Amino acid sequence: MFRALQTTFGIAVVIFLLMPIFAILPLAFTSSVFLNYPIPAYSMRWMHELTTAEVWRTSIVNSLIIGGGATVLATVLGTLASLGMRKGALPMVGLLRTVFLLPMVVPAVVLGVGMQIFLVRIGLASTYLGVIVAHAVLCIPFVIVSVSAALQGIDPSIERAASSLGARPVTVFRRVTLPLALPGVVSGAIFAFATSLDEVVLTLFVAGPNQRTLARQMFSSIRENINPTVAAAALLLIVGTLCLGGLGALLRWRQGRKTAAAVA
Amino acid sequence: MRPFIQFESVSKAFGSLTVVNALDLAIKKGEFVSLLGPSGSGKTTILMMLAGFERPTQGAIYLDGKRIDHLPPYRRQMGVVFQNYALFPHMTVAENVAFPLQMQRVPRAEITRRVERALDMVKLEQLKDRRPSQLSGGQQQRIALTRALVFEPSVILMDEPLGALDKQLREHMQLEIRELHKRLGLTIVFVTHDQSEALTMSDRIAVFNAGRIEQIDNPQVIYDTPRTRFVAEFIGETNLIEAKIASIDNRIARLSLGAGLSAHAHAADGLSAGQTASFSLRPERIRLGMAPEGSNALDMTITDCIYHGDHMRVQLTRDDFSLVARCERLAGNWTVGAPVVASFDPSDCTVLAQ
Repeated sequence: MFRALQTTFGIAVVIFLLMPIFAILPLAFTSSVFLNYPIPAYSMRWMHELTTAEVWRTSIVNSLIIGGGATVLATVLGTLASLGMRKGALPMVGLLRTVFLLPMVVPAVVLGVGMQIFLVRIGLASTYLGVIVAHAVLCIPFVIVSVSAALQGIDPSIERAASSLGARPVTVFRRVTLPLALPGVVSGAIFAFATSLDEVVLTLFVAGPNQRTLARQMFSSIRENINPTVAAAALLLIVGTLCLGGLGALLRWRQGRKTAAAVA
Repeated sequence: MRPFIQFESVSKAFGSLTVVNALDLAIKKGEFVSLLGPSGSGKTTILMMLAGFERPTQGAIYLDGKRIDHLPPYRRQMGVVFQNYALFPHMTVAENVAFPLQMQRVPRAEITRRVERALDMVKLEQLKDRRPSQLSGGQQQRIALTRALVFEPSVILMDEPLGALDKQLREHMQLEIRELHKRLGLTIVFVTHDQSEALTMSDRIAVFNAGRIEQIDNPQVIYDTPRTRFVAEFIGETNLIEAKIASIDNRIARLSLGAGLSAHAHAADGLSAGQTASFSLRPERIRLGMAPEGSNALDMTITDCIYHGDHMRVQLTRDDFSLVARCERLAGNWTVGAPVVASFDPSDCTVLAQ
């Protein structure tokens, strides 16, 4: 009885969470100019619009540039930070870790205002680099969480063994630590890219008209002239995110299997 | 000339906790030395200092006449075998074994040849393309050993390498390591808490307690004439009985054991008449039913008899004094409750300071 209630409640929550996504997707293929049901006929009209209209095309390209840049920056810095915080050599590691993870909980609006003022000061306002840096700040916590977990799974005696067998610290990192932590680094990078892809609030503050991303373009088109291109863009984002999420899950599964095998 | 490996009053403290206390230890080339002790006795810390993973707080470590305690691990040329093997999980067996040779920039063709020869030596060449996770514990252990041997290091360090194996495999590996040591003339420093492992494998055993060496000598001396109560208790099984020293003459003490019994025993250093001391007697050195000339003879009663397959344990009592004897079989028709004479030679038992 209780078990059935549990299951029903669980299913209800899942439906509640997923309905908006499933509701919007079919509208990407409507032939009407309005974003509502019923769909009169199916057509590729808005998908075509998305890939040919100048504003949409540049916003997709911008998303890829900014997402890619932020991912690279966040992955490199986040991995370095995780490595640094790993060996108990630093004082106040706990505090440091909290500070690094802060962008996850600080409201994006607060971060956005601060970023904007800061970027204007250093002359990076409304530049690609500025937006990439801002996005990277948001992405770094995801990389740190993921890479730290992967590093934690590495037995320190494996690195000691490498060192005693004649490997210098850089070689130990290149041949042993990095290959073993790689699944964590890659899944951190995936999270970082996904985070950058759907970031709107921060983008509103720091991006100029030339750095309009896909998420930002969707946001303004809803307010200005709403039409089913938004649904087509949503479809694109969801499919993209699902692919990334799937890749991440695959990597975690493989890592889990490897760890299980090592334990057994 | 300095010994091959030398610890010169080495101390190691973690914060206020002193783990190794003014250690002096010399190891000869080609020697198999076991560091034996309970956990927390500092033996692993000593090995880690020798390997270069820990730095002494005080003192100096020399290898082949050169001071090495300031050198990083990768410049010490020591093969370390860890308790959990520490194989590289992302590399194949052959890649694992090739790793130290690659670090020494050995030419590729020679690496292939030496890896093959090394794997052949431990009879695992058919596993060279497997990953460590696909090997059994014993195979992983052998690969770890091969990896530590292949670059011909000057010393092999082993940190409880057999701890994770089951009993049969452990005994097999003990023989295999002993064999390799003899055949290749290796210098091995072996950390263990298993006293039988130390007894069967080592040239010399250093028994550690609380960061100090209690006794260092060859296995037979350690077993037969322990110098302290700790060594007597830690190595093998022993009857440890409080006794009063009546007199000492020429290193032979006359003891009163209680219950009106007395015995002669070999006395450790620093004991004097009138002192209360510990009397240590190995169960297998007790004979039942006969008392040759010059031996100690005690009139006891058999109170229990436990069958162990290859031997029997016999509990002997007289009032509040009791001993455990170990014998291969119970000769005659002694039964529980029967009186018996228990005898042992003065040279087979020791009196130790408490």
